[in-house]
Amino acid sequence: MAGKPVLHYFNARGRMECIRWLLAAAGVEFEEKFIQSPEDLEKLKKDGNLMFDQVPMVEIDGMKLVQTRAILNYIATKYDLYGKDMKERTLIDMYTEGIVDLTEMIMHLILTPPDQIEAKTSLAKDRTKNRYLPAFEKVLKSHGQDYLVGNRLTRVDIHLLELLLYVEELDASLLTPFPLLKVRPPQRGSHTHAYDITMVAGGLRSHPLVCKLSYQTLRLRLENNLFMCGDLSIVS
Amino acid sequence: MAGKPVLHYFDGRGRMEPIRWLLAAAGVEFEEKFLKTRDDLARLRNDGSLMFDQVPMVEIDGMKLVQTKAILNYIAAKYNLCGKDLKERALIDMYTEGVWDLEIMILYYPHMPPEEKEASLATIKDKARNRYFPAYEKVLKSHGQDYLVGNRLSRADVSLVELLYHMEEMDPGVIDNFPLLKALRTRVSNLPTVKKFLQPGSQRKPFDDAKCVESAKKIFS
Repeated sequence: MAGKPVLHYFNARGRMECIRWLLAAAGVEFEEKFIQSPEDLEKLKKDGNLMFDQVPMVEIDGMKLVQTRAILNYIATKYDLYGKDMKERTLIDMYTEGIVDLTEMIMHLILTPPDQIEAKTSLAKDRTKNRYLPAFEKVLKSHGQDYLVGNRLTRVDIHLLELLLYVEELDASLLTPFPLLKVRPPQRGSHTHAYDITMVAGGLRSHPLVCKLSYQTLRLRLENNLFMCGDLSIVS
Repeated sequence: MAGKPVLHYFDGRGRMEPIRWLLAAAGVEFEEKFLKTRDDLARLRNDGSLMFDQVPMVEIDGMKLVQTKAILNYIAAKYNLCGKDLKERALIDMYTEGVWDLEIMILYYPHMPPEEKEASLATIKDKARNRYFPAYEKVLKSHGQDYLVGNRLSRADVSLVELLYHMEEMDPGVIDNFPLLKALRTRVSNLPTVKKFLQPGSQRKPFDDAKCVESAKKIFS
């Protein structure tokens, strides 16, 4: 359908995954064109589609945007997920950048040579439990609200949710000391067929868009290293 | 004077330099508190001033901001250097992020282990000449305007010009093949605020020399 954003990337999380999450959370349907060979990437470059010869690239609203942050900023602003004023935006930016730092540390573990992997994993876990998770737990504790900024869902809650799921994959015990950050498993005996991802203080379950994401669907995505919007089962 | 932003960092470029440039270009006077020892850093951490235990940190408008990009975003928005609408901002962000990708390599270069420097320098030169400078020259050529976006100064121009100066140090003459970049550099350098910042004795920092690198190592060890 004309008008849907088109995402150009490899069939992998990498630097595109946070964009997929944000679009999905904003309820925006998107298409993906996967780069499956060096020729695919060459073609994109040759056609002048990639300002710096790099992906991610997202075709949206007549633009061919590159640079993950530029893309995220555009989407977040367009769909009102970037706070209500400059001060909120700044907190969002500060928290988001911290999330990005840790997310990259964890994502890079896959690319780490075997002789360094133990040290790097250890560092990532240390930073997770001694630097980043305490910082976000502290924010939530300080205002007691359901969301990180401005008492409503913004992009940074989505980024944090994504990160928490990666932390859980890495080592679920890292989350134990942080009650406000816990990603709650499906409720037993629920009368609905779909389970909701619940972030206790994040309160994402109450958001009309995100609460429709089936926990099982999300889990499947993470296990298979995929996140394809077209397949999202929206359960009312 | 009360009200001036206060920059907390070591006395060197590092990740703080783009923030100094942007404040200066916006005509904002700022103070600097230099970290000199590990204890200085420990003190800031123990005070709870550093959200992720890291610097740069900038005290501005009642906030203690960390994370370079968050700080730059705030300054740019406050001083109207982000374009006039969402689409201009998207272009500015895209261009600014590209500049940063090269700039961070340059800013980190002095602090690298010596055996890695040669390869890094080669990469920096290659990317400047073959990826980034052509991309920005192309933008300027495409619209023929004086600035990258929206026919007026934005943070993208400031960060690009900073990059051009830094790159000139790494690869003298590199800019000679890019006439429009050269013209942009001249134009932005002649703006009163930037001109002042380029004078000797300003808060602009020189290339991080061995002494500076040693000092930083001690603080962050």
